[in-house]
This record gives sequence, C-alpha cells and structure tokens, in this order.
Amino acid sequence: MLQGWVVLLVSFGYLCLLFAIAYYGDKRADEGRSLANNPYIYALSIAVYCTSWTYYGSVGRAASSGLDFLPIYLGPTLVFVLWWFVLGKIIRITKKNRITSIADFIASRYGKSTLLGGLVTIIAVVGIMPYISLQLKAVSTSFNLLLGYPEIAMPSGLGEVPIPHDTAFYVALLMAIFTILFGTRHIDASEHHEGMVVAIAFESVVKLVAFLSVGLFVTFGLYDGFGDLFTEAKALPEYGSLITLGTASTYGQWITMTLLSMAAIICLPRQFQVTAIESLDERHLNKAVWLFPLYLLIINIFVLPIALGGLLMFSGDTVDADTFVLTVPMYEQQELLTLFAFIGGLSAATGMVIVATIALSTMVCNDLVMPVLLRLTWLRLNEKGDLGGLLQAIRRGSILFILLFSYGYFRFIGESYALATVGLLSFAAAAQFAPAIVGGLLWKGGTRAGALVGLCLGFTMWIYTLLMPSLALSGWIPHSFIDAGPFGAELLKPYALFGLSEFDNLSHALFWSMLVNIGGYVGVSLATRQTALERIQAALFVDVYRRSDDDRGSGLWRGTATFSDLYALVVRFVGRDQADRAFDGYAAETGESLKKVTEADPALLNFTEKLLAGAIGAASARVMIGSVVKGEVASIDEVMEILDETSQVIEYSHRLEQKSRELQIASAELQAANERLKEVDRLKDDFLSTVSHELRTPLTSIRSFSEILFDESDLPIEERREFLTIIIKESERLTRLINQLLDLAKLEAGRGEWQISDIDPKEVIEEAIAATSSLLQENRMQLDVNLPSQLRRVRADRDRFIQVIVNLLSNAVKFCNRSNPSIQIAVRETSQALLVAVEDNGPGIPAGAEQRIFEKFEQADVTATSKPVSTGLGLPICRQIVEYFGGRIWVERNQSVGAKFVFTVPYARTSFMVPGE
Amino acid sequence: MTQSVLVVDDEPNIVLSLEFLMKQMDLDVRIAEDGDAALQEIGRQAPDLVLLDVMMPKRDGFSVCRAIRANAAWDDVKIIMLTAKSRDEERARGLSAGADDYIVKPFSTRDVRFRVGRILNLAQPAAGQAR
Repeated sequence: MLQGWVVLLVSFGYLCLLFAIAYYGDKRADEGRSLANNPYIYALSIAVYCTSWTYYGSVGRAASSGLDFLPIYLGPTLVFVLWWFVLGKIIRITKKNRITSIADFIASRYGKSTLLGGLVTIIAVVGIMPYISLQLKAVSTSFNLLLGYPEIAMPSGLGEVPIPHDTAFYVALLMAIFTILFGTRHIDASEHHEGMVVAIAFESVVKLVAFLSVGLFVTFGLYDGFGDLFTEAKALPEYGSLITLGTASTYGQWITMTLLSMAAIICLPRQFQVTAIESLDERHLNKAVWLFPLYLLIINIFVLPIALGGLLMFSGDTVDADTFVLTVPMYEQQELLTLFAFIGGLSAATGMVIVATIALSTMVCNDLVMPVLLRLTWLRLNEKGDLGGLLQAIRRGSILFILLFSYGYFRFIGESYALATVGLLSFAAAAQFAPAIVGGLLWKGGTRAGALVGLCLGFTMWIYTLLMPSLALSGWIPHSFIDAGPFGAELLKPYALFGLSEFDNLSHALFWSMLVNIGGYVGVSLATRQTALERIQAALFVDVYRRSDDDRGSGLWRGTATFSDLYALVVRFVGRDQADRAFDGYAAETGESLKKVTEADPALLNFTEKLLAGAIGAASARVMIGSVVKGEVASIDEVMEILDETSQVIEYSHRLEQKSRELQIASAELQAANERLKEVDRLKDDFLSTVSHELRTPLTSIRSFSEILFDESDLPIEERREFLTIIIKESERLTRLINQLLDLAKLEAGRGEWQISDIDPKEVIEEAIAATSSLLQENRMQLDVNLPSQLRRVRADRDRFIQVIVNLLSNAVKFCNRSNPSIQIAVRETSQALLVAVEDNGPGIPAGAEQRIFEKFEQADVTATSKPVSTGLGLPICRQIVEYFGGRIWVERNQSVGAKFVFTVPYARTSFMVPGE
Repeated sequence: MTQSVLVVDDEPNIVLSLEFLMKQMDLDVRIAEDGDAALQEIGRQAPDLVLLDVMMPKRDGFSVCRAIRANAAWDDVKIIMLTAKSRDEERARGLSAGADDYIVKPFSTRDVRFRVGRILNLAQPAAGQAR
C-alpha cells in the first residue's frame, strides 16, 4: 500500500492542510479574531525547537551514547524556568522598537549599526544552513526509506544521485515555495505571521503525538511496558553505558551541551522569531515558562525506549539508529503507524525550515541587501516609487537562495556527519550571539566595537574549530588539516588548539570561541567609547522596564521634514494601505490632524522611523529618514545636550521631591511642637485656675466671717469664738497653701536647696513622728511603728526626708477610718535601697488613680461626706523629693481597705538628679 | 410665708457662713454638699432659691443648673451661682446654663444679701439696717 505515490500524496496533502490552517489563521487575524493570541498556541510554537533532529536524532544519539541526548533539552528548560526575565526583557524591547530579527536586535542595541547587522546576518546564514540541510536530509532519507517498504534498505550514496533524481532537491524546492507562500505575504516583517504561528503550533502537536505513538507502540505493543523492555535490553552489550551518565569526560560534555542549548534557545534566529517577534502578548510568557519545558519533558520520555527497542530489533544489522522511529514500525509492518511516524518527522522538519528561513530571509533582506542597495546611489533607489515589491522580491529570493545553499551543503557535506553533530555545529554558531545579546541586555557599557570584535573573533574560531574540520571530514580539505594541523603546525590542530586536547571537539570549540568572543566583547567595550546613539540605545535596552512609553530619546532628529515626504517614503516601502492605516492610527492617538501638518515634529519623525524599521530594519530606517530630513541629524554634542538636559530635569525633580518631603516632615514636626505648646498652655491655664480656686476658697470663709463679725456686733460670745477660730484656721490653710506652692515651684524648677549628708533613717523617722504627734493625738490615731533596731545610713537631705514622712502621715490622718483610725509605718532594707511604707485604714485609692494622685491638685474622690482639708500638693512634693534622692514613690492597693504609700531611697547614689529632666 | 433657700457647697466653713446670712434674712435654709445631693434635695421639695457652688465632687454646678432648668416643674426655682471661677467666659457659661445671677468668691456679704433679696422680691432692708 505504501507506494511512492501514496506517500507523496499524503505528504502533499499534509502540507496543503498546513497551508489551509495558516491561511485560516491569517484570515482570523485580519478579522480581529486572532487564533494565535493564545498562550497555548504561543508555547506550542516555541516547540519548533524540536526539529527532526529531536524527532530522529535523539533516538540515534541515545542508541550510541545513552542519556547524552538530554542536555539539549535541559538547557532550554533551565532558561525558561530560571531565566524567563531575560526572555521577557527581549520581548519587551522587541515590541517597543519594532525589531524584525535577531540581527536587527543586535544592530539596534549597538547604535543601529549596519555593519553589525550585516555581520550577524552572515554568521546566522552560514551557521544555520547546516541545520536546514539537516532537515532536508531527514525528510529525503525518511522518504527514500519509506519507498522501500516493507524492505528496510538504508539509502546510501545520496550525494551521488544526479540532482534531477534527488528527492532532497525537490524537498528543498517545495519547502521554498511553501515558505514563500507562508512568510512573505506581508511586507512589514515586524508584523506577526499569525497564520504561520498557528500552523507551527499544529505541527508541534502532530510531531508530539506521532512520536508518542511510536514510543507507546514499542513499549506496550512490542513489550509489556517499561519494565519488560528494560529487562530485555539488559542483554544488549552496550546496555550498561546507555542508561548511566558515564565517565567524567561526559560530565564536561553535559555541561557544554547544557550551556550551548541555553544559548541556543535565546540566540537561534528561529527561536528569536517565535519567542520575541511573533509574541502577541508579553503575558503569554507566563504560561510558556512551564508549558514549553513540559512539552520537552513529554517528548523525551520515549527516546530511550525507542532506542533500546530498535537496538534489540536490529542487533548487528546495518540499520542507522537515526531512523529507528521510522524503521521500527516498518519492521513490524505497521503501515499506518509508519506513515504517521513519517508525517511527524515531516512536521518537525518543515516547522523548523519554515521559521528559520523566514527569519533568515528577513535578516538577509533588511540587514544585508537593503543597506547595500540604499548606499548604491547610482541605483537611485531613494527616488524610485514602490519599493514594497522590491522588498518582497529580495525576501523571496533569499528564501530560495538559503534553501538551495542548504541543499548544497547537504549534498556535499551532509553524508559524513550524523544528524545530531550537524545540529550542534549550528548551535555553536548561534551561541556566538549570546555575549552581545545577554551583555547588551544587562550591561550598558557594551559598545558597538566590542560587539563587532567579539562576534568576529568568535565566528572565526567557530569556522576554524568546527566548520573547517567538517569540510576536512568530507574531503574538501586534506584530512591532515585535522590530524597534523594546517601546514603541519601541531599547535594549530583545529581539535586541539594550542595543545588543548583534554576536551571533546565540541567543548573544545566552544571553549575557544567563547573565550575570544567574550574576551573581545568585554575588553574592547572597556577600551572604546560609545557614540551618543549607542549610549541612547544601550539605555533604551538595559532600562527598558524603567522607561515610559514616551518615544523621546531613540531618534533625536533635529532638522525638519515635510509630512508629504515622510508619507511618500513609507508608502514606497510598505504600500499605501498600510501607510494610511499607520498614520491614521498615529493621528488618532496624538489628536493631531496630519493633513494639516506640513513640518513634521521629532515625535512624528520617530514614529516614521519605527514604522520603517518594522519593514527594513533599524539601521536602514535610520538611513532612509536621514535622506528626507532637511537640515542635519542632531549632532553628537546636541544629543548629549538633550540627554544632559533630560537628566538634569530628572535630577532637579528628584531634588524637588526630596525638598518637599523634607518640608512635609518639618511641618509635621512644627505641628507636633505646636500641639505640645498648646497642651503646656492648657496645663498652665488649668493650673492657674486651680490655684486661684484653692486660694479663693479659704479667702471666702475669712472674708465672709470677718464681715459677719464686723456687721453683727451683738453676736453671742460662743459664736464669735467659733467664727474667729474658723478665720484663724482658714488663714493657716492659706499660708500653708502658699508655702507649698512656692516650695513645689522651687523643686520643679530645680532650685531647691539641698543639704545632702549621711543620715540615720531610724532617727529621722522617729523625729518626723514626733513632729506630727499633736496632729495624731488630736485625731485619736493609733500608730504602729515597726522599725528594726539598726538601719543602714542613707545619703539624703535630712529636713526633706522628714517632710516626706510628715506629708505621708498627715495624708494618712486625713483619709483614715473615722471610727477606728490607725496608721502603720514599716521599714525594710533591700540590697540596694531603703524602703519606707505608710499605711492607713481609710477607703483606699480608687483603681486608675494611682498615678494621678501624685499630680498637683489631684485628690482622689474618696469621700462625699467629709472632704479633708488638704492642699493637693503634698504628694507631688513628696514625689519631687524622693525622685531627687534617686528613689521611687508609689501607692499600693493590695488590700480591700486602706492605702499604702511606699517610697525608696537607694544606698548607692553618686549624683543627685535634677527633677523635671 | 417663709421662702426657702438651698445652699450647695462642699466647703463646710463657706456653708456655715452662708447659712448664717440666709437665716438672718428669715429664709428657710437647707444644705447639700455636692451636686447629686443638691438634686435629691430639690427633688424632695423644690426651694425658692439655690445658692450653687461650681467646683464640687461628683457633679459640678453647671451640670446641676442645667438639670434644674431641664425640668419644667422647677421653672420657679431661682439660681445664684457662687463660685471661685472668676473669668468672664465662666460667668457667661453659668448664665447660659440657666443661672439668674453669678457671684464670684470671695464675696461681700452685703452683696450676697442684696442680690438674694432682689431675686426673691424681699422688702429690701436699708443697707445699714442690719447693723
């Protein structure tokens, strides 16, 4: 059944299906109902990373060196999981600057350098061609294999078949046509190829399902699952080496391959195309960071089982392990599965070829051909009408050229290299971009010269250590070039440069190329100065997240151009429809009516430059805009001036912000100080009002009774005596109040007179009791004094000490229980202080008033019936004195009745504090 | 019929002097030592006049004054505030709380007698009569 025409028909049908999908995807995009604007499609399109190299080559590599196929997938996984921020930054920059390719990206970063863009393009084309040829080889090999069905005959001598009979040639032509249909429908290369992306995503699904089908067939159809398969495989002589990680030298290889594939997932032109340029929404990356690694994981599950199954099946045979995916189902005569496996391989190959060729052709057109054409003044390209057709023609020509040259590489070299090895050759070429890209993203200091030198050195080293040996292996250069070095110079042997022979070929090449690349990039960057444009672009790239959408800065056109000139320019490159759409959009956004604009302002110039950059790349766009701007492009000095001015404005506004913050703080402080002042003022008012009240109260009684005595001459003698006694008592109260007020004022102001000496507390306490004895007797107080026979002396003012105890005693007398008054005095010594307690049996202190009673004029509202005569200043004075001695005074309310006042006087007291501080 | 006066003050000596003065004017004198007691006393039987101190424990004079004025049954009760609070705004506060008069301590006994007599519409004795 699997005759040639069936296979051809199915293949062609599949390609038509792909085209239909792409067409539908484009149609949906035009209708504004995008299919590609979806994180799953995005993640699947990134899986274009898995080419026929993965599809066929992984099994081949697994069959010869076991798990060595894994690092190629480990690297991308690491990048997506750990380095997603680098990808995110690349995507943001690409979108903001309408970048069209990886060459455009690098050129743009280093001052929109045409030279750099061209160099990157050349490296990319030379480096990727082997990779494309690999896909051609895979397709034609699998096709030829299938033609022999059910016989398995390794196609050989593909290089000798005359071209008209060579399948690969037709494959290349077909793919060129197909890519042209896919990729060059629009001129603006920064516009998304949504249809292509959807088709690629579809292919990713097909190749995954096909590969899994073969894997499942081998594992569960031919064997009883993984366990059975691996048990059977133990019989293989190479089994042991296949399922272990091998020797120390392979560890080095693992690291090399992991690093290489990490660079590749960022730097391969086709990966850059799908990840950055085709990205429709930055947020899709959030899903892709786990979806894509998951895809890689799934597609790798059955690599080893298929390899082992193939080895078991064809043990000792000449079947190439690279074809196991196809030959295993063939051997089992599974027609449909065989066909499906072939379609899967075709998917893997076409996906890679289409995306890589589109990416490369854009680069060749924008960064290589156009800049040259635009410089050839005799072509008078500037004056020609519609250039869109020319652009399209160049791109189509490039596609054809790239595919035919890839076919050439395949025909002349492909035979001598295994699939995987050719792929690694391309990876190593793409990795040369890594220093310029990653450095350019993270380090503003990287210069155009540094990037140029690094790339040149790295690429040269790549040619010498990888490409030339591959030519030698194919017989195009004498084989002695590898064995003995060029012209017999041992030190220059391409696989053991300067005697470095410890590494495998790939690690060796990567080591030397990266050494000179990074060394050149960093070294020259440090040694050279950036031009103004380079500095601007460096800032735009490195600080992309810090910039607003303000377009200032990247263009800095001075001079003027008329809008009609700009319009004509854009129309020539992108066509009238698109130009109208773009300028209408700009007008709607800025609110300017472009019809009235005769002189274009810098913002419009910038917009136009970016619009053109989307079609012909940043470097060429700059040249084109320069050709219509009358007057000159801003000079370096002027650019720097503008930049300085901008940074000065920013600096100034920072300073203003700072100042305003300081002002805010100062005003808050002022406000707080004002509040404190107000509070102090209020306290002073309260105090004066209280003092006034306290003075007026005894005065009222004195005046009132004096007047009564004066007016009433005929009062009985007893009444006269009573009234006179009141006058005398109230006068005494007044005097006491005034004395205490003055005393407290003195203490609070720190002007108290102190006579500090060593005093015997026992003797002082006894004297205080004696001083109050008349008061105690008057009130029939019962006093319990509990003094030890001997007390340590303390340093204090004797009179003040007595004053404290007298105050506390008279306080206690006032508040005592009237019917059975009793007071207790107790003294205790601790290691640090003397402790004196005076306890009454009155109503006690209300909860919450323990602190307040030590304030001036605060008396606890203890009784409604008999208000004791008190100034309200005794306790505050006690506190001032005790604190001056360095002690503390407080009241305890640990029992239901009575108040217990306790104060301490410390023994060790070197300096006496000034109250109020 | 004898008019009655309620003396409200927490200072015993001031109460004593006021009681003496009021009795001399043939008024019926009752005494309260704080705001709550004053309201209780008024509630028991409304006096014709309240001599009201301001700074007292439990409930101050302003509050007592407002409480009296808030009760329609006591509309006839006259109030004279007798207080050590001498500032103008405090006098204004007392009058706005509903006091009929405001006397600052220390007071002149003659002044008190004159104002009490005027408010209660007593036959004013000549200034020197009592002598």
